[in-house]
Amino acid sequence: MIRLEKRPQSSHTWSMATPLVAVLATMIFGGALFGILGTNPLTAIRTIFFEPLFGEFAFYYRPQLLVKGAPLVLIAIGLSLGFRAGIWNIGAEGQYIIGALVGAGIALAFYPLDAWFVFPLMIIGGAAGGMAWAMIPALLKVRFGTNEILVSLMLVYVAEQFLASMALGLMKNPEGFGFPGSRNLQEYESAHNAELITGTGMHLGVVFALIAVIFAYVLLNRHMLGFQIRLTGDAPRAARFAGVKPARLILFCLGASGALAGLAGLFEVSGPAGQVNIDFNVGYGFTAIIVAFLGRLHPVGILLAGGLMALTYIGGEIAQGQLGLPSAAIQVFQGMLLFFLLALDLLTNYRFRLTRGEVA
Amino acid sequence: MSDILLSIQGLTKAYPGVVANDTVSFDIGVGEVHALLGENGAGKSTLVKMIYGLVKPDSGQMLLRGQPFAPPEPRAARADGIAMVFQHFSLFDALSVAENIALGMEDPPPMRDLSRRIREVSETYGLPLDPYRTVGDLSAGERQRVEIIRCLLQYPRLLIMDEPTSVLTPQEVDILFQTLQKLQSEGTSILYISHKLEEIRKLCDTATILRLGQNVGTCVPAETTARDMAEMMVGTSLQTPERSGRALGDVALDISGLSVPSPSAFGTSLKKVHLTVRKGEILGIGGVAGNGQDELLGVLSGEISTPSDAVMLAGAPVGRLGPTARRKLGLLAAPEERLGHAAAPDMSLTENALLTGAVREKLENRGFLRWGAAQGFAERIIEAFDVRTPGPANAARSLSGGNLQKFVIGREVLQDPEVLVVNQPTWGVDAAAAAAIRQALLDLAAKGAAVICISQDLDELMEISDSFAALNEGRLSAHKDTAGLTVDEIGLMMGGAHGMEVAHV
Amino acid sequence: MDLSAINPVLLIASLMVAATPLLLAAIGELVVEKAGVLNLGVEGMMIVGAISGFAISVETGSPYLGFLCAAIGGAVLSLLFVILTQYALANQVASGLALTLFGLGISSLMGQSYVGIKPPATGEIWLPILSDLPVIGPIFFQHDPILYFGIALVAAVWVLLKYSRFGLILRAVGENHDAAHALGYKVVRVRTLAILFGGACAGLGGAYISLIRVPQWTEGMTAGVGWIALALVVFASWKPWRALIGAYLFGGITVLQLNLQAAGVAIPVEYLAMSPYLITILVLVILSADKSSAPAALGRIFHASN
Repeated sequence: MIRLEKRPQSSHTWSMATPLVAVLATMIFGGALFGILGTNPLTAIRTIFFEPLFGEFAFYYRPQLLVKGAPLVLIAIGLSLGFRAGIWNIGAEGQYIIGALVGAGIALAFYPLDAWFVFPLMIIGGAAGGMAWAMIPALLKVRFGTNEILVSLMLVYVAEQFLASMALGLMKNPEGFGFPGSRNLQEYESAHNAELITGTGMHLGVVFALIAVIFAYVLLNRHMLGFQIRLTGDAPRAARFAGVKPARLILFCLGASGALAGLAGLFEVSGPAGQVNIDFNVGYGFTAIIVAFLGRLHPVGILLAGGLMALTYIGGEIAQGQLGLPSAAIQVFQGMLLFFLLALDLLTNYRFRLTRGEVA
Repeated sequence: MSDILLSIQGLTKAYPGVVANDTVSFDIGVGEVHALLGENGAGKSTLVKMIYGLVKPDSGQMLLRGQPFAPPEPRAARADGIAMVFQHFSLFDALSVAENIALGMEDPPPMRDLSRRIREVSETYGLPLDPYRTVGDLSAGERQRVEIIRCLLQYPRLLIMDEPTSVLTPQEVDILFQTLQKLQSEGTSILYISHKLEEIRKLCDTATILRLGQNVGTCVPAETTARDMAEMMVGTSLQTPERSGRALGDVALDISGLSVPSPSAFGTSLKKVHLTVRKGEILGIGGVAGNGQDELLGVLSGEISTPSDAVMLAGAPVGRLGPTARRKLGLLAAPEERLGHAAAPDMSLTENALLTGAVREKLENRGFLRWGAAQGFAERIIEAFDVRTPGPANAARSLSGGNLQKFVIGREVLQDPEVLVVNQPTWGVDAAAAAAIRQALLDLAAKGAAVICISQDLDELMEISDSFAALNEGRLSAHKDTAGLTVDEIGLMMGGAHGMEVAHV
Repeated sequence: MDLSAINPVLLIASLMVAATPLLLAAIGELVVEKAGVLNLGVEGMMIVGAISGFAISVETGSPYLGFLCAAIGGAVLSLLFVILTQYALANQVASGLALTLFGLGISSLMGQSYVGIKPPATGEIWLPILSDLPVIGPIFFQHDPILYFGIALVAAVWVLLKYSRFGLILRAVGENHDAAHALGYKVVRVRTLAILFGGACAGLGGAYISLIRVPQWTEGMTAGVGWIALALVVFASWKPWRALIGAYLFGGITVLQLNLQAAGVAIPVEYLAMSPYLITILVLVILSADKSSAPAALGRIFHASN
């Protein structure tokens, strides 16, 4: 008989291996899913994971990796801080939208002024917007004990409506022939988040994502605040005994994750997306949750996981074009990854042990 | 008593790294009160869990009235007339007394009939109880009554009681013993688990003594001295802590007229608490669990904030200060719950040393952590308090209860506190470790620190403290010198029999 | 703007329809939480129920077979949650999120060929005399059977939790799983049943949206109803009848804002569409002060180690 037994302490090896095994398992079961959908599993997996990196058009796809990876990493880094402390911000999608709206709003307000300070102002505005949006669940939790999961999520729907209202109303391009959507910021020099090196996909958002990774790493490993975050996640009561002020931690974690999500939105709207429109948000805020877990809530892990997840996005698009694989299949694929990861995480803290036949 | 009810033959149960029971054999007679005696970790709990069907033995067998008996689950054990009063974890706070009792029965009657029967049985055995009350609002003694009545309603042939007196005042213990003797006279066998020798001598017909999972002897307690039994239980003769005469200094900590509501739903609020402790003094605070101990610790550690001048540390108001600020001033604490409150289970010992040691041991520098210094501090604790662990990188939960307790107490003692507050410092700790912890507290006081020791173990308090006070329903009694204090006086300070005097068996 | 275009009788009747998906999902989740499990995957189970029910109804022509399969679909998805949280001992919050993300993906995959199709009609009950009554008839006696089933389910859950042996055990497991285990109750088994029931209810709720309330299939059509259902359980303080009141309240807000949109009120459509979510937040704020009725073991992981 097999019995499950708690390890005296969590296994470092399994902690590192779980994400890899989960990816492998997802490839196998995802491949089977693609097979059922009538695509050759091997071709599909190859298209998703290898085509973007080494295929014929890799020169085009590789930069995309940075473009798609940056917002995922930025958001996931923020989320991971809260997740570690047991503070669940799952409304990053909303904070992402609001960050973009505030940033774009600043740009549109200055249009067509050509000045150096427009973009820095947008960055500050984007971060502040996302942070403010995240502060709503934070303050409600601190003041009233309201569940931050539900509030932050409800605010995603509110933000989406707000986005629609802006795209169709206040921010609509007056020269847009009545089509929804704002002016294209790519055509407004001072507000454009352009590639830093042409053809690499490297824009300011990528730089910010890398800074966020380093910052989070130092915070969690070297700073008292990071220690308090980890302590609260492991034992909330011990944290209070140690002198941690829960309210401060809630405000910090939600505020920081909101600001990072807002930044991600700002860099997206002023760069790759270019304009405020109804379909501006594509679910980065939710996918980032998978990225955060896949990276084991560790900054470096998140960097790698963000890259992998960006790969599945791009590979998925290629597979859609070349093999006719529905885009939803990629969504399922990503969801599956999270499942395997959570299930296999068992091995980090528990081990299976064979026991001799029970004495009846 | 010549009939054998339950015969235990060569039961063995091993867990990874430890043999909890090693070929244990003994018999329990019909109508016998049989004591199972042993230190924490001697294997008593595992043994009764096997009898109750919660754990399956690796080898060996049991005979109930001569028939092979191997309950696959508690339900089967209950069906065969085995009932058990647990020490912990078996009541549901949000449910009523009657619902709690129904959950412990195979085939409970409709609620109204059940409530009537609860009243009947509770009056017959002198354990008054209202079936409609919510269990979370009951005192520890009343909660135990719920468990006992739950068992009695099934007319058990064997009643297992796991450390039943640890939650009772001395007066309540007397009442419980009368109930048990009445049951015995009706032919019920009782397996009585305890490490308190005097009560076993008073109550039990036979005693089986376990040490490190093995049966090391059987005796008739009435004919054996407590000292002999203790030596069988522990294996070696024990060192009693040394207590040197101490001169008491100025008032180190003072609480006057403090009332605080409990932060938790089923907690106990503190009511007009007065407390004074001087430098070099050990103040023992007794009382049955759940009478405000956690809240008192919270008020002292800074987890519960109070009006500023309600708590005075060496004459300065600290009521509003948080735990970190109080540590800076030398007021340290070690809570009862080791895993999750005093220590973070999944964090390493180094990180756990940092948990309370950051300020006084200077383990942080402008917010940045000094890992090297933190590890050094953890190593010093491990060294000074003989904590058995491969090293400071191991997680707190990988340590045994006793070792972790030594770490937690050591962490505070080594920080040279002005005032140290400990709650249940030796709970669940083996005798040798308990003696070491008590000695450390005595040494600390001898160096001039004030120590407040909250404990349910009266023997411990009598052994180490200079003065004694008791918590009862959130009220703290006046302090008395421990010298010359009698058990009866202590019992009355703890609240006597909590309104059970009305009951007559 | 013409507010007189809003017919109060129709408003109340349609309020009951709008409330039913919420009610079904919430009553299921209420049972799950009473057993001490927090399943945040309601939205995912609803959307999977919505497409399963829709697809089967279209293929077989029978809406009832559709509802049955929606319940099965929701339960199958919740089985994944069972595996994750009860056997792999994964964090319940993360697992619930995973369930929602996965459910949204798999539903849009399943629904690819069903966009723009009309499902078979479910039909309404017709009681002689009663259904003909003015005002009362349209409000109470002219609905589809599933709506009545929802109300009956609330009553059944109430009786089960309050008076039955299984209900007592379920509450005990949700209150203190260690104690329940010590008494010999199968914690994992009880919780598994509760989660499957919750999944089936969420599936039914989802199918109610795609088969009756809307009725058609579009991706992500549950649009947060599953999350509102979660909030509703808090609103209801884990009491079945209060969940019914809450569902009607939310249903009322939804219907009212739709009616106001139709009546051309001067508030932009987007702001009216936000209102149910904002009101959910408001309600959470008002009610979160009192958490005393929450099951004590809610969200905690159970592992039967000695």
